[in-house]
Amino acid sequence: MINLQEVIETNKMIEQENLDVRTITMGINLLDCADKDLSVTCEKIYTKITTLARELVETGEEISKEFGIPIVNKRISITPVSLVGSACCRTPGDYVQIAMTLDKAAKEVGVNFLGGYSAIVSKGMTKSDELLIRSIPMAMARTERICSSINVGSTKTGINMDAVRLMGDIIKQTAEETKDKDSLGCAKLVVLCNAPDDNPFMAGAFHGVSEADAIINVGVSGPGVVKYALEQIPDADFELLCETIKRTAFKITRVGQLVAQEASRRLGVPFGIIDLSLAPTPAVGDSVADILKCIGVEHPGAPGTTAALALLNDQVKKGGVMASSYVGGLSGAFIPVSEDQGMIDAVEAGALTIEKLEAMTCVCSVGLDMIAIPGDTPATTIAGIIADESAIGMVNQKTTAVRIIPVVGKTVGDTVEFGGLLGYAPIMPVNTFSSQRFVDRGGRIPAPIHSFKN
Amino acid sequence: MTRAIITVVGKDTVGIIAKVCTYLADNQINILDISQTIVQEFFNMMMIVDLTKSVKAFNQLSDELARLGEDTGVQVKCQLEDIFDKMHRI
Repeated sequence: MINLQEVIETNKMIEQENLDVRTITMGINLLDCADKDLSVTCEKIYTKITTLARELVETGEEISKEFGIPIVNKRISITPVSLVGSACCRTPGDYVQIAMTLDKAAKEVGVNFLGGYSAIVSKGMTKSDELLIRSIPMAMARTERICSSINVGSTKTGINMDAVRLMGDIIKQTAEETKDKDSLGCAKLVVLCNAPDDNPFMAGAFHGVSEADAIINVGVSGPGVVKYALEQIPDADFELLCETIKRTAFKITRVGQLVAQEASRRLGVPFGIIDLSLAPTPAVGDSVADILKCIGVEHPGAPGTTAALALLNDQVKKGGVMASSYVGGLSGAFIPVSEDQGMIDAVEAGALTIEKLEAMTCVCSVGLDMIAIPGDTPATTIAGIIADESAIGMVNQKTTAVRIIPVVGKTVGDTVEFGGLLGYAPIMPVNTFSSQRFVDRGGRIPAPIHSFKN
Repeated sequence: MTRAIITVVGKDTVGIIAKVCTYLADNQINILDISQTIVQEFFNMMMIVDLTKSVKAFNQLSDELARLGEDTGVQVKCQLEDIFDKMHRI
């Protein structure tokens, strides 16, 4: 039987160390909504989403109350829209119509984000993919809850440099279209390499074509819990350090597994995966940077940071994998800047640069995330940054991503406020030497060799 | 059997356990186990209860217990047992 100490430990994690389930994300297949008539497609999309996800928010709240665990977000991911709209969309404006329908559906069911305004163009772009990409700036400006992601490369296909170059422009245009909100549109737009089909986290969530008609994916969190556990063993050696992270990750993931199974049972939708990611929030103590500091670096960015992050990421996976029957998504440690107070402090202290963050993305679960840069950064430089990140993902067979915000009218020394979970960020300097000749070449970078790995 | 864990945390005052127990008895909720301790001068009590015969729905119980706690100046939480089981038992 459960004893008092165990009950106290669990409730302390929830009440004082910010343990929560970050998101229940319902994946919905929209391929059967495709029609050659735009308004029919929109109607079918709206009906399918509002029918399947009608009770998602309510069920999430019910589970939260019964187990006493906060479930912060209830969200939806859908089939990449460039596939659903290809039969009926002739202009970028047609795609914006679909975006607005999705936004309406998201508001109707009460989810705070809906992801999947996406295209998978890792080898080539169809006409439909390109129309969707070109519609992103307008779609981001006219909607509130839609997240967009574009997959521009993979280990199997190489990197589509035409798409990378185009995304440089699209990110700039999205910043311009949403400049009255500090270019907020770019915070909902991510460029990925090796994007997983079952990621429940925004902005990169979409419902891949390898998935069932509807599925429940759950993202757990809890950097605060790991931090607290490490604070209890300040002078431990690496063996004990790793063991402690692993045990904590196990406990956190078990809660996610329980919530996922309950949500799946109550909604009558199959359980997909648990994403084991440590996802920080701007709340004090809920920080991946603080864990790195507990491990022993003065600020993230100091020499040793990449090694500390590598061990953290690996132990989180090792502890979590045993705690859940299906693990998927991104699963690791997120290192967004604006969403993590410790990262913001490190940038302000001058410890953390974009180059060091890039090195860290080689060993963490995603990539350059929520980084604000000067508004006058050229599109070709942004494309160069995307190419670098994609190359890291492609060669290391992992997911990488770029969610970067060139804030119109702001420059190094300024701060930008996104609000809520997205937090705030100091504008970070970007290397000013040109990448133009490189990204303007056009074509593809071939897939890397899969043998002779030394 | 649906089992829940009720926790009471706060400054030790006269009659806390009595109040919670009376409420549970009035609602046909059987107490299976009680334990308590003092952590950092705070009174911590845990009850494992059986909700099978409860006359009220979980939500209502949980809200009423929380209110009963507020009236006495302590925090009363009611959670299904599974969350603790999952976390601490393989």
